[in-house]
Amino acid sequence: MTEQTTLESAIDAAVEDGQSLYLAGFSHLIPFASGHEIIRQGYTDLELVRATPDLIYDRMIAAGCASKATFSWAGNPGVGCLRAFRRAVEEGVPNPLEIEEYTHFGMVARLKAGAQKLPFVPLRTFAGSDLPEYNDKIRTVADPFSDDGENEGEDVHVVPPLEPDTAVVRAQRADADGNAQLWGIVGETVDAALAAETVVLSVEQVVDESVIRSDPNRTMIPGTAVDYVVEIPYGSHPSYVQGYYDRDNPSYVEWDEVSETHESTLDWLDEWVYEVTDHREYLEKLDAERLLDLQPQPDYAEPIDMGDYS
Amino acid sequence: MITRAASELRNDDTVLVGVGVPNLACNLAKRTHAPDLEMVYESGTIDSEPDSLPLSIGDPVLASGARSIVPMYEGFSSYLQAGRIDVGFLSGAQIDRRGNINSTVIGDYDDPTVRLPGSGGACEIASNSHRTLVVVPQTKRRFPAEVDFVTSPGYVGGREGRAEKNLRGGPEAVITDKAVMRFDEAGELYVESIHPGLTKDAVQTATGWELRFSDDLSETPAPDPEEIRLIREELDPEGVYVEQQD
Repeated sequence: MTEQTTLESAIDAAVEDGQSLYLAGFSHLIPFASGHEIIRQGYTDLELVRATPDLIYDRMIAAGCASKATFSWAGNPGVGCLRAFRRAVEEGVPNPLEIEEYTHFGMVARLKAGAQKLPFVPLRTFAGSDLPEYNDKIRTVADPFSDDGENEGEDVHVVPPLEPDTAVVRAQRADADGNAQLWGIVGETVDAALAAETVVLSVEQVVDESVIRSDPNRTMIPGTAVDYVVEIPYGSHPSYVQGYYDRDNPSYVEWDEVSETHESTLDWLDEWVYEVTDHREYLEKLDAERLLDLQPQPDYAEPIDMGDYS
Repeated sequence: MITRAASELRNDDTVLVGVGVPNLACNLAKRTHAPDLEMVYESGTIDSEPDSLPLSIGDPVLASGARSIVPMYEGFSSYLQAGRIDVGFLSGAQIDRRGNINSTVIGDYDDPTVRLPGSGGACEIASNSHRTLVVVPQTKRRFPAEVDFVTSPGYVGGREGRAEKNLRGGPEAVITDKAVMRFDEAGELYVESIHPGLTKDAVQTATGWELRFSDDLSETPAPDPEEIRLIREELDPEGVYVEQQD
């Protein structure tokens, strides 16, 4: 059963110390509010998993939440590097961070295997790269059909399933049962939700079931995969939600300066995470003008005709 | 670099674009000799027609008005792996004489001097595109004889070595701020042309091994004034990416 609840109680119920955690999103629909709540609730020893750990993982690493990162590209998109991530890897600050590294295809193939409950997924990548040498979960298998005459006995790389303990995913809208519709860049969000044991779905709007049923092709995450639904407007700020608000780019640029030292990063976390009680207070502190400036003009898709066959 | 990279693109190409120089080069090609160029991004947007310069490869301007948007797994498997991408753009912190690219670590992997962002989709772009174009500023540190870590394979073990690994395509050209380089029959870099105002010495000094220069070594054609106008006035009016190259 899916439970509609507050972000605080969903995170409290779904997250535990020592878990593997996947906060999904490829530049788009990143669950920043959930990440801040995880920092506020003070979890430790988490394995942070995601193809593109960005600012929110940088903050969680600086806050001491993580002991391991599994990823394929760790940077501040369009800006530069992740300084807290680098401090943890290069200097062990605030604590050592173990890493497990893939390529993007490797990461999403692992999620695909997890979502389908398959023991592995084959992929044409990694040959000639040094990555398999440093990650023993990247292996090869012989083509099992190589003896039927048509194939030449090729070895192909494989990766094992990734089944995070908890995934936090975001979408534009869902009904109270967690049937979620998302549009724009989908990234790995759907596979992360289908692969994880427990799923927290955070949406801009909870809508009536009839809205979801009016456009079933757009329902990409089924409610049966979702454990908790929370409605958090602007819950992806400073990342973006297609059709709702744009990326707050100055925040990404500022983070490069804010995170320059561990101390300045902790000062920022004090001001923007620990000293605000919830996401509503964070938005109030941010100021409504700034949020309004991020809103795009409407640009509606053509309606489609599903037909009434009753 | 931008105009030379643009000139490598053909009108019927499907190109996997990165932000920065590749994005400018692709948009420039689309406005000049390749209006039908199809731009695909790693984030899964197919045939994007961005109204403004995207801030990252996951930017909303790449999604609005695209012909299709596919989940990441589908983009990497059904498009890139299946051979539907003609050209991929790559860059990195280091590139070596065989076109291997490092975007993972400088120094030892387990005790790195500098931890870089990692592969992202670069390894699969290098492995599965029909052709790859490498765009990178040229310095001695960026051009060692062998990279510290092979993130994205070039002609590993020469052209034969690459073929034995069932890797598709391979790097076609390396375009720097000093020269245009290509790969010989053995899969090793040589200089095809040197940019106006620069000498062989200047290119050699910025390279960590003894470079081979083409017998037909030429001067890279200077950018057309119209191309410069398009870049400065329309594609990057605030100089965001043009500045970064200096």
